Amino acid sequence: MVSVCFYFQVHQPYRVKKYTIFDIGNNSNYFYDDGDNKRNNEKILRKVSNKCYLPANAVLLELLNKYPEFKISFSFSGVFLEQLEEFAPDVLDSFKKLVDTGQVEILAETYYHSLAFLYSKGEFREQVKLHENLIKRLFGLTPKVFRNTELIYSNEVAREVEAMGYKGILSEGSDNILGWRSPNFLYRPISTKKIKVLTKNYRLSDDLAFRFSEKSWKEWPLTAPKYVEWVNAINGNGNVLNLFMDYETFGEHQWEETGIFEFMRHLPGEILKHPDNNFKTPSEVIDSYNVMGDFDVPHLMSWADVERDLSAWLGNEIQHSAINKVYFLGHRVLKTKDEELIHKWRKLQTSDHFYYMCTKWFADGDVHKYFNPYESPYDAFISFMNVLQDLELRLEKYEMMNPDEKCNLSSSNFNNIYKFNSLLNNKSEGMINGNN
Amino acid sequence: MFGWEFPPFHTGGLGTACEGLTKCLSKNGVELIFVLPKKLDLNVDFLKVVYADDNIPIKKQYYFNSIIQGYTTHKSYENKYELEKEKDLIYASNLNEEVERYGLVAKRIAEEETFDIIHAHDWLTFKAGMMAKRVSGKKLVVHVHATEFDRCGGQGCNQHVYDIEKKGMQEADQIIAISDYTKKQIVKHYGISPKKVIVIHNGTQFEEFILNEVSNLKKSKKIVLSLGRITLQKGIDYLISAARIVLKYDRNVIFVIAGNGDMYEEIVRKVSDMGIADNFIFTGWVKDKNEIKKMYSMADLFIMPSVSEPFGLVPLEAQMCGTPSLISKQSGVAEIFSNCLKADFWDVNDMADKIVAVLKYNELHKTLNENGKEEVKKLTWDKPAVRCMDLYKKMMEEVN
Repeated sequence: MVSVCFYFQVHQPYRVKKYTIFDIGNNSNYFYDDGDNKRNNEKILRKVSNKCYLPANAVLLELLNKYPEFKISFSFSGVFLEQLEEFAPDVLDSFKKLVDTGQVEILAETYYHSLAFLYSKGEFREQVKLHENLIKRLFGLTPKVFRNTELIYSNEVAREVEAMGYKGILSEGSDNILGWRSPNFLYRPISTKKIKVLTKNYRLSDDLAFRFSEKSWKEWPLTAPKYVEWVNAINGNGNVLNLFMDYETFGEHQWEETGIFEFMRHLPGEILKHPDNNFKTPSEVIDSYNVMGDFDVPHLMSWADVERDLSAWLGNEIQHSAINKVYFLGHRVLKTKDEELIHKWRKLQTSDHFYYMCTKWFADGDVHKYFNPYESPYDAFISFMNVLQDLELRLEKYEMMNPDEKCNLSSSNFNNIYKFNSLLNNKSEGMINGNN
Repeated sequence: MFGWEFPPFHTGGLGTACEGLTKCLSKNGVELIFVLPKKLDLNVDFLKVVYADDNIPIKKQYYFNSIIQGYTTHKSYENKYELEKEKDLIYASNLNEEVERYGLVAKRIAEEETFDIIHAHDWLTFKAGMMAKRVSGKKLVVHVHATEFDRCGGQGCNQHVYDIEKKGMQEADQIIAISDYTKKQIVKHYGISPKKVIVIHNGTQFEEFILNEVSNLKKSKKIVLSLGRITLQKGIDYLISAARIVLKYDRNVIFVIAGNGDMYEEIVRKVSDMGIADNFIFTGWVKDKNEIKKMYSMADLFIMPSVSEPFGLVPLEAQMCGTPSLISKQSGVAEIFSNCLKADFWDVNDMADKIVAVLKYNELHKTLNENGKEEVKKLTWDKPAVRCMDLYKKMMEEVN
């Protein structure tokens, strides 16, 4: 029996506008760039909706109606849903229609698609809670399975998530994580009691997400029957096929002209031709199958790049200094109890901001360049740091008006930053491999 | 190969580029005969032949007695001629005629030597290249390091120079442009088909320089450096407008302007009119190479605000000395150098924003510097030389 488990990540950040020294102290609009550029969030959302969300939702709705056995799952970041409410309610409705079929599961994550787990457990829990509330409000569902930003995972993440009451968690399933073991089974994160981990089958996932339109790939062009042959081959050596990918694969990363929508239209029918195949959501997978063994990931991993590490977000000094500054301000921001300010500060935690500052392949003009709304990682850093300067000015203003409230840093629950940094500094590469 | 300056007798980027290119070509087995105008001792022949030795990687070098130098203009030629004419009468009385004379010399050499390809660097040598082509029937590649439009900064192009450039480009079988920026100029202003122009970016020779002493100035101030001719082309007036904005945010910055040029006095006057003279140091020309390296090292940021810059080697040199750069997007080097800050030369607000940021955020300075250094190390002459050889091969195959 092979249960095909689809999980689509849907996320759009609030990109920081080009924010200069002239704006500091004069302008607290950090996110609304109305220019004709790649930082105009509303325009981007519209563009991606037309290329991906709307046509992909139409295909999925058609499939969910046609095949009652077809199941999928989504993880929506809170900042994405918030932008849909703000800029594109029609798109939000089309997602609701999918959920209304009852064949869709929604996963839990941090509202702000943040790296909060690495810096403050308290902030992490708070953001997961905010996300849960939003999902309940918009879709009437309560998530039971958790996925962390960019599938960032370690034993510690699994323990924390179990303590928060989730029955499952998603992880990357690449060779450097699983070794000789197969991603097509469930595992038990080490030193947890009940929670089960689903691991991404990166080969079959990436065949769609990355290789589908690659003409130099020996399997090009990929057809649904050919793909399903590979799926069927799992029968006898696995319970589940975890196909995890960005939803933007459909129409945005793989353009419509590549035939990705047609492929998807035929895929469920082809999969269901084999009597031993079915579809399950992550919760159903967890309820249906037992674990095959322990899953031990002492170091932080993610689903990004070949390295599967955190270097795309935290690989250089500008990224570290920017994110440290964000969390360094945390206690003072929360002290203000100013909801608007806190919300802005949290939007600055979205991992994408740090991704845009990645210089790993900058000189080679790699994938990061395509997704970078700034002309260079350095420009991304400058706008971001200027914004933090303004935020700090606002905090100073607040603290001057409320002198009693001035916080005592030593009691801050953001001390984690220092612990985390000292851990990083011990590593020669500056990577995050700390075993804590 | 026809040039008009070569180290150690050179004043600008062309000489450095010729040296880098010829070294790498020779290393790869290309035999070069290099012809160069040079003021020779009066007792020596009109032409002097120098054979390869440890210092010169070129099989054979011809020096032809001339007072043409790098970046000679009609005016500077005439000034020089005034100084020289009493002593000797072999030089032509104006630059145009001297360029013609270079052509005649080229004809003579081309008749005597055997070679496969003729390669001419910039307009002063184009006549020579065309003449050599006519007598030998070999193919000609002209290498454009700068056009008349760059040199005059968009104002008052010299028609005669333009005509020679255009004729050279037309008669050439192939054109090498040192940047996409230059290629666009060639296509736009000279009506040349883009198919005929291949872009081969300049390389550089990485020489790290680390300054151990810390000057008193550096201890208390942040230093922003620019180095080059103070002309319209180099955009220094935009830099001072940006500086005025920067100083509103950070008084603790010193702008060091190294170099000289026809706008020098105007710039000094402007700075004092703006009331920011205390934050400026004008050094004039710094000739000593070690002094230049020290200046690069002392700076916190190097700026190249050029209005028009076919390539622009200086930010790469600054980077070798550990100083990151803010460069004009209107420069050739911006096409191949990523780990630096970039701004439109006219966008003085953006320039000021970036200057303030790099001086304020230490990690930005550090990351730019580390990544920039790694990148500059890779920008050697190896790849450009191989591309140049591929071009030669292709041209020779077409002959057969």
